[in-house]
Amino acid sequence: MTVDERGKTSGAGPSVNSEVAVPGAVRKPFQLPGLDSTFTRLPGTLPMYRAQVTKAQWRAAASVVRSLGGRLVTIWGIDRRSEAGYCAVAVAYALNAGLVWLDLPLNDTESTSYPDLTATFASAARMQRAVADLSGLIASGAADTRPWLRHAAWPADYFPLCGENNGRERFEALDEPYAFVAVTGDGVHEIPVGPVHAGIIEPGHFRFSVVGEKVLRLEERLGYTHKGIEKRLEAMSLAQGTRIASRVSGDSTVAYGWAYCCAAEALCATQVPARAQWLRAFALERERVANHLGDLGALGNDAAFSFGLAQFWRLREAWQRRSEELVGHRLMMDWIVPGGVKSDLRVEALRTVGEDCVALEAQVRLLESIYDAHAGLQDRFVGTGRVDAQLARQLNLTGMAARASGVGSDLRCDFGGVPYENLQVRKAHAIDGDVAARVAVRFAEIYESLRLIRKIAQDLPSGPTLGNLSEPQARGCGAGWIEGWRGEVLVTIELDDRGLIRRAHCHDPSWQNWPALEHAVIGNIVPDFPLINKSFNLSYSGQDL
Amino acid sequence: MPWRMLRQIVQVGIVTEPPPEVGAAQEPSALLAEQHEIRQEILAVLGRAVAIRAVDPGSCNGCELEIHALNNPYYNIEGLGIKFVASPRHADLLLVTGPVSAHMEAALRRTYEAMPAPKRVVAVGECGCNGGVFGESYASRGRVANIVPVDVEVLGCPPPPLEILRGIRRALR
Repeated sequence: MTVDERGKTSGAGPSVNSEVAVPGAVRKPFQLPGLDSTFTRLPGTLPMYRAQVTKAQWRAAASVVRSLGGRLVTIWGIDRRSEAGYCAVAVAYALNAGLVWLDLPLNDTESTSYPDLTATFASAARMQRAVADLSGLIASGAADTRPWLRHAAWPADYFPLCGENNGRERFEALDEPYAFVAVTGDGVHEIPVGPVHAGIIEPGHFRFSVVGEKVLRLEERLGYTHKGIEKRLEAMSLAQGTRIASRVSGDSTVAYGWAYCCAAEALCATQVPARAQWLRAFALERERVANHLGDLGALGNDAAFSFGLAQFWRLREAWQRRSEELVGHRLMMDWIVPGGVKSDLRVEALRTVGEDCVALEAQVRLLESIYDAHAGLQDRFVGTGRVDAQLARQLNLTGMAARASGVGSDLRCDFGGVPYENLQVRKAHAIDGDVAARVAVRFAEIYESLRLIRKIAQDLPSGPTLGNLSEPQARGCGAGWIEGWRGEVLVTIELDDRGLIRRAHCHDPSWQNWPALEHAVIGNIVPDFPLINKSFNLSYSGQDL
Repeated sequence: MPWRMLRQIVQVGIVTEPPPEVGAAQEPSALLAEQHEIRQEILAVLGRAVAIRAVDPGSCNGCELEIHALNNPYYNIEGLGIKFVASPRHADLLLVTGPVSAHMEAALRRTYEAMPAPKRVVAVGECGCNGGVFGESYASRGRVANIVPVDVEVLGCPPPPLEILRGIRRALR
């Protein structure tokens, strides 16, 4: 079911590996076909380009990106009124050639609205609602204008990311009804679930419309864990922001830490030592393995196979304890810092890492053979919660879940960067898009990450682990784009005149994948929802911010 | 397949470690005696297993991962007579992470109110104890004690499973 795609990264075609090697080298300027804008290449080892656009170009760019097979990554608003006199809205797209960051200054008469993108990218809908809630900028013409991250805990005319608000304002939380889409018909009823869920999980609300056991429709309402992360980051120094950015989603702390630091380093013109970059990849792959182990156990458990939970969580615990020995923290929080990593690994530690990986792989292969041969388990996994390739493309599905639907990209394979260009990552791939496919991709990614960890331990370049940070570039922009275990994490930072954070935006792949979950459960039975949900294992905190 | 499963269960054996003494450093011995002691302690207080309702009112999910870990075979918390339940109506103890988001304030309060008395509350993690890096803002109420009365606080970001277990034991005394 899984197919390795070794060699795809080194082949011809859309790969841009050849471009990324030397930072600062002269290249042909990047262009979007038919769009007359000047792009600047952002510093960093992945290809990322930024340009200012007009409202007409904003609309045109979306169509161009769509026609090139690109996808929407994220949308966010920026308040530059204190310095430039206007607000702006920005969008990031992923293309074969890299990341494109378009900035639209809203400096005409319609200073609080921008053209809606949902006609081109369905995944824009919730992001635009979030921009309206936080920045007060409206996507003109958007069909769904319900609040998304604001639930009546603050008034509709309070926009936390506007400069006149300091974020410490306090309002009474009221009960405000939310207009769920109602399904009517003979025998249709609703099952509301959450925000407090039955297990030890993050809060969110699911509204099921069902007939008997069959799910006709699921509507998610998220935003419960919104704790003002982006406002909190405002006016902080780049160093101060690191701890917060590393806590956007606790299970992806390495991915966020790395992405944030990439953006910060771009702004401080920092050369990160090669050894530090390799060690960061080491941590990122360890994080991927830890999460996949946990999920594989939980997936067994959700199909009443508690043997799987006990076995995989035993392996995960041993893995986390090793992480603590290696970097001083079970989840590896705060090990990645601007400039590099906080501590080096000892030589003898690197040897044990190799042995760990061999032993773990043998255990996981054994457990995979048991999962594969278990008829009851496979009966629950196969065909359940399907997202086919066409739907995955329409919804811009991303990360591990997209690769299980046969369409995904993987930044580590597509663009390399340091150190992945030296490691030739094999992209995991499955085509069925069901729970079984997401299980298969997790197994494949564990084996591949274990191979990468061993290779990193073996070929780790020598040298320092922390580079010098220069003064941050006032009014500069930087971005970090990292393939976390769940999918692509993007952090963009814009600094103000003082070199402090004016706007830091953190994007979680869950934004794209939550809507896909709504589609995946249609026609399934209610008791399969926990299984389908776990097979995606999306972040609440990461998307609620 | 059943043979492979059974062989795996036998080969792995029992990995459960001695549970922690409250406060003091742990001697790595006398596993059974220690487990017995905790079970007796719980039985003396409640006459049955302790039921915990965990609520995440806005955390980053880091603490939840470590609470989950308590259920793995190394800690085997159910073997000690401590179990997680799905309803606050069945719970003796509320385990709450943080910070409490403004959107979760009412849900947390209602969960607490739904628990039968006597009830204990353990706040887990830096954010649950003092608001952590997120603090208080338009969207965050900060520490758990700002919303419901807290009996025991477990610091750490996130606290390792053993520290959470120690906090649970402290709350029962």
